[in-house]
Amino acid sequence: MKEQKDSYFKKYFQLRKHNAQVALKKMKVSKNCYIFLAPYAILFTMFNVFPVVASIYFSFTYYNVLESPRFIGLNNYISLILEDDIFLIGIKNTLIIAVVTGPLGYIMSFLFAWLINELPRWVRSVAVVVFYAPSIAANVFVIFSVFFRGDAYGYANAFLMNIGIIDTPIYWFTNPKYMLPICMVVILWMSLGQGFLSFVAGLQGVDRAQYEAGYMDGVRNRWQELWFITLPSMKPMLMFGAVMSITQAFGVCDVTMQLCGYPSTDYAARTIVTHLFDYGFTRFEMGYACAIATILFLMMILTNKAIQSLLRRVGT
Amino acid sequence: MSKKRKIEIEEKPYRKPLVKKRKPNRSIAGDVALYIFLLLVAMIMVFPIVYAVNAALKPLDELFMFPPRVFAKNPTMDNFADLFVTMGKSWVTFSRYLFNTVFITVVGTAGHLIIASMGAFVLAKYEFPGAKTFFKLVTVAMMFSYYVTGIPNYILINKLGWIDTYWAIIIPAFASPIGFFLMKQFMEGLPTSLIEAAKIDGANEWKVFFQIVMPNVKPAWMTLIIFSVQGLWNNRASTYIYSEERKTLVFALQQIQAGGIARTGQGAAVLVVVMIVPILTFVFSESQILETMASSGLKD
Repeated sequence: MKEQKDSYFKKYFQLRKHNAQVALKKMKVSKNCYIFLAPYAILFTMFNVFPVVASIYFSFTYYNVLESPRFIGLNNYISLILEDDIFLIGIKNTLIIAVVTGPLGYIMSFLFAWLINELPRWVRSVAVVVFYAPSIAANVFVIFSVFFRGDAYGYANAFLMNIGIIDTPIYWFTNPKYMLPICMVVILWMSLGQGFLSFVAGLQGVDRAQYEAGYMDGVRNRWQELWFITLPSMKPMLMFGAVMSITQAFGVCDVTMQLCGYPSTDYAARTIVTHLFDYGFTRFEMGYACAIATILFLMMILTNKAIQSLLRRVGT
Repeated sequence: MSKKRKIEIEEKPYRKPLVKKRKPNRSIAGDVALYIFLLLVAMIMVFPIVYAVNAALKPLDELFMFPPRVFAKNPTMDNFADLFVTMGKSWVTFSRYLFNTVFITVVGTAGHLIIASMGAFVLAKYEFPGAKTFFKLVTVAMMFSYYVTGIPNYILINKLGWIDTYWAIIIPAFASPIGFFLMKQFMEGLPTSLIEAAKIDGANEWKVFFQIVMPNVKPAWMTLIIFSVQGLWNNRASTYIYSEERKTLVFALQQIQAGGIARTGQGAAVLVVVMIVPILTFVFSESQILETMASSGLKD
């Protein structure tokens, strides 16, 4: 019995050794490949992989840059969730923004890409520029602070006062009731980004023959065509677009910081990322900030996984 | 006679039908509704941008007119000139901010293009141990935003001694995952026979890359360039750079806007300078970008 076990182990290790040798040989043959990949791989590891690992490590420590990190176990997480009210506001706001602007922006991206696709060629290229421009002209959204200025000269206030809905100007960016909704409008305005481009390109690449076959099989209107032909053949782009809009939806901070101020009134526009900036770059409590980053990171990855498994079912 | 006529008919040049053949399952009412709807949405989308451009063109008295009007009556370039004149006297001139941003954008984009294409090329066209795992990592990296890694990045850059230099922004930009991803996906569409033929003719890996592969993926270049420019041009960089003379245009924009009501016109002018570059880059490379994005799908 024992001998048999030994021989199994022996065989196993032999196999592993053999595999390793094969891999090593392959690596030697493709030496050039590694040389080509090396510059990117090194930088990528430095600025994308290492920070995530470091973030998780620092989140278990007290670290203020001056002293070396001191291990304190789960304390950062415990105080984040149990003691830090403002963080909970941040989570709430981020989730509200993500739940509203994420799916809505995603659907808008697809809807407009799909509608634009029906247009003749040159109109289509103009339309793509018009719809995509807000998201690349990133800082133009500050112009919204002119539209929603808090005094009677702001356009929104002037308009509402003229038609008699309100009689005193609304402080759009200092009244907690209006801050988040306006920020969400602005985010939606900017949400036709990379996912949108991917959809536009993907729609043009759908095989024409499939549509012809569809007409034969009795696809009656554009909605049926969308559901039975277009969506299933767009699956990879839908995945890509989902990744882009989730990343965007959870990373909201620029819009809220620049429109509502930082810190905002009653922390009503605080998001997870703003909280992270606050602790990381204002108070230099790096350990605590890393705990925030780790939580955000987990939220992003998990949502992505969930949405991807959901999208896999489209058209099946 | 009849034979001659036949030839005449055949020689008649082919003309595209004026009205394109409609798809059989579309209703006219639906099309009209669609056009009206798209037009309305397009106007909403474009309004803030048009407004911003016009605000930059308005002379001072029109800026504060009430009721306000969207289009400038007597457009001037005064606001743009003011940027250089009034800020020319300040400690850090406007042109310096402009130079900083241009420098960061150009160097960051060029480096990213070369480094990412080199890596994407071998990943797309060769098989070697670790290639698949690495690409998986890149797709995961696309899933979290740049803010998540902000703090360790800061610590790392601090250790490297790059704080308060341009490199703090330029080098991390080289490693952007989305450009790499798009380039790899696009290069997969490149015929392998092309590379093999070049190899048989005696070209080495470098030659293949620079003379065969790179010229053939120009659409993907443009895409990488636009995404990279977009990220770098809008970079505020206030966490990494302290010295006023190395700060970027977007930072200057915020300073001017904080300058209050007297700077409204100039603020609008900087806004236009900030937004015009990414938009123009996109306008000129739209078709190539769309060509690349066609292969952007995320397969599993």
